[in-house]
Amino acid sequence: MTAPVPPRGLPRLILPGGPLQLRDHLAAFGPLPLGSAGGRGAASLITEVERSGLAGRGGAGFPAGRKLRAVADSTRAAGGRRAQAGAVVVANGAESEPASGKDRMLLARSPHLVLDGIAAAADAVGASSAYLSMHASSEDLARRVAAAVSERERLGGVPVQVVASRAGYLASQETALISQLNGGQPKPTFVPPRPFQKGAHGRPTLVANVETLAHIGLIARFGADWFCQVGHGAGSALVTISGAIRRPGVYEIPLGMPLGKLIEQAGGPSEQPQAILAGGYLGGWLPYAEALTIPVTPAALRAAGAAFGPGVLVVLPESACPLAETAWVAGYLASHSARQCGPCSNGLPALAATLRQLAFGRPDRKALGWADQLMTLVTGRGACNLPDGTAAFVASALRVFSAELRSHASAGPCQRVRRKPMLPAPGYRNARGRP
Amino acid sequence: MTVRLRVNPIACEAHGLCAELLPELITEDPWGYPIVAPGPVPDRLLPLARRAVALCPTLALLLSKDEQ
Repeated sequence: MTAPVPPRGLPRLILPGGPLQLRDHLAAFGPLPLGSAGGRGAASLITEVERSGLAGRGGAGFPAGRKLRAVADSTRAAGGRRAQAGAVVVANGAESEPASGKDRMLLARSPHLVLDGIAAAADAVGASSAYLSMHASSEDLARRVAAAVSERERLGGVPVQVVASRAGYLASQETALISQLNGGQPKPTFVPPRPFQKGAHGRPTLVANVETLAHIGLIARFGADWFCQVGHGAGSALVTISGAIRRPGVYEIPLGMPLGKLIEQAGGPSEQPQAILAGGYLGGWLPYAEALTIPVTPAALRAAGAAFGPGVLVVLPESACPLAETAWVAGYLASHSARQCGPCSNGLPALAATLRQLAFGRPDRKALGWADQLMTLVTGRGACNLPDGTAAFVASALRVFSAELRSHASAGPCQRVRRKPMLPAPGYRNARGRP
Repeated sequence: MTVRLRVNPIACEAHGLCAELLPELITEDPWGYPIVAPGPVPDRLLPLARRAVALCPTLALLLSKDEQ
């Protein structure tokens, strides 16, 4: 039997007509080689992932190869599989960013690619246990994933236990996920020790986003050079685009694609657009016209004052008040503080309240000054990225929507503040009890 | 050898001893939580820093060599 041809161009991760049964999946992609990547004798999977430059797709963008290497070294230092019950692989499919749908889509349409990635990573780092963490929300999805897992029992390899993550914006944060596996609260823990040193059950743990693992499942077969053929060397990524867009949904794009081209692919704006939120709720705002030429890469989006994050883009229409929407999201984020760290527990609600004043009251120098002070006070002073990311998100709003601030200051809140918020905030009701 | 002061923000309960013992390097935010001056601890302040670390009621103040 000849080896399957490596996929040319896109799509790579989500094929039309999926999900494939295991037999068809293996026919389409070929068997998953363990021990060496791309069929090459000497190069280990870890080396190939390092060479590929694959960045984590969960939001932090940490180099995947470096993480694999750290877990493998940590496991070896502790004596490896036999001496210490091995490392643990945790596939993070517990997507908590409200405007993100890519991980659920990937698990529904390509569960075997994700499971391939788990198997390849487990083999590479010396893991003897693996978990796939998902939210319990969709019974249908849970069934599909469980079916894929049981189909693979005949392949042997590290058993994968599907576990339900608690709900909550922070529940899927790396250390919060591990805390759950250890029987604790879905809240971040202080580092060090980092998961690669000591994580689930005290063992070196690799926590990787399900999309990252799917890419690893392909790199294991086709190698780093193949991975880099798309996206100006950075590969492909899944993005979720929503808001005032004609065809909202999950798209697989080559990294570096101009944002305007992606918007076109998604049918263009459904009404007069105003701005784009890039990078999710811990990302930043982009004025619409300027956004179109920006290449969709972490570096370019960061330079423009936003972020790539978990590949989340929301188109904000003119009919929404950007200050009201920002206040709404700030309130949502503040309500999801784990309340473990003083600066965050105190600072985020104060920041959200100040945003509400700026949006619904009269923005004055004092309020703006207090907002600035709060953003400085919370940054770098919590155990996770929530305070820093919230501050960056708010800072970008105050920068990009300075015209709205001026007009609210002179003429009071605009009419648009009366509409229902359009940015999703599941389960959140603000102080006034309004959804 | 550079030594840095760090707060474990989860363990910290704003007792305020550190800010009182080491005002040269630690101030308080509006809610009583410590703000640590960035950078390595100057040699002359090391003994005071060690004392503040030892006296923190929740062991939230840490002295680390270079990076964590």
